[in-house]
Amino acid sequence: MLRYTLKRLLSLAISLIVASLLIFSIIEVAPGDVASFMMGMNAQPDTVAALRAELGLDQTKVARYFSWIGGMVTGDFGTSYTYRAPVAQMVADRLWVSLPLAVYALLLSILIAFPAGIFAAARRGRAADVTVMGATQLGVAIPGFWFAMMLVLLFAIRLRWFPAGGFPGWDESIWLSLKALTLPAIALSLPQAAILTRVMRSSLLDMLGEDFMRTARAKGLSARQALWRHGIRNALIPVLTIIGMQFAVLLTGAIIIEQVFYLPGLGRLIFQAITQRDLIVVESVVMLLVFTVIMLNFVIDLAYAAIDPRLRLRT
Amino acid sequence: MSLLQISDLSLTIGGHAILKNVSLSVGPGEIVGIIGESGSGKSMTAFTVMQLLPRGAQATGRVALGDTDMLTADEDTLCHLRGNQVGMVFQEPMTALNPVKSIGDQVAETVMIHDRSSRADALRVAREVLERVGLPEARFPLTRYPHELSGGQRQRVVIAMAIAQRPALLIADEPTTALDVTTQAQILELLRGLVDDYGMGLLFITHDLAVISGLASRIVVMRHGEVVEQGPTSQVLAEMRHPYTRMLFEASSHRVTLPPHPDTRTPLLEVKGVSRDYPLPRRKLFAPQEHFRAVRDVSFTLERGDRIGLVGESGCGKSTLTRAILGLEEVQEGEILLDGAPVWSGHAPNLDVRRKIQVVFQDPYGSFNPRWRVGPLVAEPLHLLEVPPTGSALEARIGAVLDSVGLSAADATKYIHEFSGGQRQRIAIARALITRPELVVFDEAVSALDVSVRAQILDLMADLAAREGLSYLFISHDLSVVQTITDRVMVMQAGRIVEEGPTETVLMAPQHPYTRTLIDAAPRLPNARAS
Repeated sequence: MLRYTLKRLLSLAISLIVASLLIFSIIEVAPGDVASFMMGMNAQPDTVAALRAELGLDQTKVARYFSWIGGMVTGDFGTSYTYRAPVAQMVADRLWVSLPLAVYALLLSILIAFPAGIFAAARRGRAADVTVMGATQLGVAIPGFWFAMMLVLLFAIRLRWFPAGGFPGWDESIWLSLKALTLPAIALSLPQAAILTRVMRSSLLDMLGEDFMRTARAKGLSARQALWRHGIRNALIPVLTIIGMQFAVLLTGAIIIEQVFYLPGLGRLIFQAITQRDLIVVESVVMLLVFTVIMLNFVIDLAYAAIDPRLRLRT
Repeated sequence: MSLLQISDLSLTIGGHAILKNVSLSVGPGEIVGIIGESGSGKSMTAFTVMQLLPRGAQATGRVALGDTDMLTADEDTLCHLRGNQVGMVFQEPMTALNPVKSIGDQVAETVMIHDRSSRADALRVAREVLERVGLPEARFPLTRYPHELSGGQRQRVVIAMAIAQRPALLIADEPTTALDVTTQAQILELLRGLVDDYGMGLLFITHDLAVISGLASRIVVMRHGEVVEQGPTSQVLAEMRHPYTRMLFEASSHRVTLPPHPDTRTPLLEVKGVSRDYPLPRRKLFAPQEHFRAVRDVSFTLERGDRIGLVGESGCGKSTLTRAILGLEEVQEGEILLDGAPVWSGHAPNLDVRRKIQVVFQDPYGSFNPRWRVGPLVAEPLHLLEVPPTGSALEARIGAVLDSVGLSAADATKYIHEFSGGQRQRIAIARALITRPELVVFDEAVSALDVSVRAQILDLMADLAAREGLSYLFISHDLSVVQTITDRVMVMQAGRIVEEGPTETVLMAPQHPYTRTLIDAAPRLPNARAS
C-alpha cells in the first residue's frame, strides 16, 4: 500500500510539472500583449515598455516561468494586471464560493444517483427501471441554464423559499450562504446525477452477472443481500472514476450557472480575466484548478486501493 | 429415503425446452454423476435444484430436497435451504469468489447468514472448515484475498463456503474442469473424503467420463435435456445400453492413426538453450529489479514431419515457450531457429520466419472477430506473404483451405456466430493452414471442445498430417490426447523440460518422478468395455 501511495505521489508530481509547463506555454503563445492592451490603442511605445518592465514581462521566459512557479509554491500568485490586487486574495475569495458549490452539487448528485441507480438495477427491465432511465435521459438533455431559470421562477419568485441570486458571504451568515448556494447546486447536480445514476446502474448490472454473485446466492443470501454485500462495493470502482471527473467539471464548469445566479465564483473570474488579458490571473486560476483536479485524482486512486485489495499490490 | 428426488422435471427458458422429463435421485452418502456434452442440460438441472435459474425459466415436475419441493417453495424457504441443506461448487474458481473480500469473511458469511452467530464465532467456524479443505492457517490466514490464491486453492475456498453448514447435499458443477490434472486429483480426493466424513450426498456434474467413472457410484447420462441412461456406474459402463453412452465412451478414448514419420531427417524448429525472464514487481522502492525465469535453458529440435507434444501444468512455462517460438516475445538467452533462420532478429520478429509458422488457440469463441466474415478471417495471415493472392486466386485459396478442413467454400461468406464450437476450431485450423506453413502450433486446441467434437478434430489433424505432411507442436495438459496425436512428447515442469522421448515410451515407462505424478493423477476410463 505504501509503495502504491508513493507511486501515485510521484505521478502526481510529474502531472503537476507537465501541466504547469503546458499552461505557461499556451498563455505565452496566445496573441495580444498585456501592456499594450492595458494602456490602450494610442499608448506611446516607451510607456508600454515601462509597463512591461514593471510587470516583469521583459524577463526571459525561463525566468518568468520559475518566478511564477516559485510564487505559486510560496502562496504568492502575483498581482492582477487589471485590478492591481493580489491574485491570491482574489482567487481565495472566489474559491470560497466555487469549492463549496461544487462539493454541495456533488453531494446532491451522489445522494440522488446512488439510491436511484441501485433501485433501477434491482428492478431491471421493470417499470421502475424504465422510469428512472427515462428521467436520466431528461436530466442529461435539459440545458442547465434553462433548468436554473425554472428553479428561480418556481422557488425564488413564486414560493420565495430561496434567493434568486447573489451571495451574502460566509462571514455574514452560514445559513443564508448555504441557502444562496442551494438552487445553483441543484441546477448543477441535475445532469451529473443523471449521468452518475446511469453509471451506477450499469456497473451494478455488470456485477449482477458476475459468478461471485451466483456463489453468494448459493450460500443462501437473498437477492437483496447479495446485491448489498457483494455487488455494491465492486460496482463502486467505475462510479468513483466518474465522480472524480464530475468534481472537476463542477469546479470549473459552473460559469453559466454562476452567471444565472450572480455568484462571484471562479468561472466568472476566469471569464473576466480572459477578456481583459489578465494573464497572471488566468495562469494562476487555471494552475490552481489543475492542482485541485490532480489532487482529487490522487485521492480517488487511494480510494480505489481501499476498495480493491488487488490494486494495493499493483505498482 | 432419497435426499434429492427429481421426478419428471421439465424446464423451459423463454419458451425453449431445456429439460425434458428428467428423473434422478441422490441418497445420503451417495455420489451420483451427471455426464453430458455442452447443451445437454446438466448444469441447468443443478440450477433448478438450487432454484437459481435465469429469468423466464418455467419448471414443472417435482424436485424434492428432503421434504421440500424446491419448485413450489417460497424465496425465504429457498434462502434458508441454500447453503444450509444444499451447497454448490462451480466450474470457474477464478471468478466464483468476490475479489474485494477476504476468504475468511466469505466463508464466515455462510455461517452468519444461517446461524445468526457473531462474526467472531463465524470466523472460528471458517477457520475450521478451511483447515478441513486443506488450507492450513499458517499459509492461508483468513485475511487472504482470492487473488493471492491459485485456482485449486480458490476452489478449496468455494468448497469450504459450500460445506461450512454441513449441508446434506452438495452439488458440484464441473468443479475440476478448469484445473490441472494433479490439482483435479486432489480436489476429487477432497470431495470424496467430505462425502465419507459428513455422509453428504454429492451430485457431480462433468463432461469427462474418466473423472466420473472413478468417483460416482451411479451415473446419469444426459443429452439434449433428457436422461438417456442411468444406473450403477459399473453397470452403465459395462452394458452401455444407449448408443449415446457408447459414443461418449468411444469419443473419450478416441484413437487416431498417425501416418508414418517421413524418412528424411531435416531439422525444422531448433530451440537452443532458451530462457525467458519476466520482471517481478519491486518489493521495496529502490530494491534491484528481480526477474522470474519462466523458461529455463530449454533445448529441443523438431524435425520436418515431427508431431511433438508438450505437456505440463499451468504455470510450467509452456505458454511462454510457445510465445517465444511464435516470435511474439524476445528471449533473454539462447536462440530459436526455424528452417535455419532466427524467429527474432535484432530486436524485431523476423517476418520471413513468421509466415512459415501458424498457431491454433484454445478458445474457438474468443479468437475470431465477430464482425468479419469467415473468408477475410481465414485469409488474414496472407498479409505475411510477399505477394498475397488477390481476386479469384484468393477466393480459390480460401475455398480450398476450407474444403481441406471439412467445410465448404460457400462458408466463406458466413459470419462466425453461425458456426458451432467444433466448426469454429476447423475455421481456426483453416486460418493457420492458408499460408501453407511449415509448422503449426496447436495451443490447447482441443481442450475446450466436447469429446465427440474433439474426436473429429483429432481425426482432421491426423488426416492433414497424412495428406499434407503437416509438422506440429501440440501443447496440452491432457495426456490421453497427447498419447494419440503425437509421436514424441516433452514434459515441462517449472520452466524446464524434465523428460523427452517417444510418446509411447514416456507414457508407458516414465523416468522422471514428475511425469509419473502426471500420469498417476490423470483420470482413466475403465478398460472393461474397451476390450
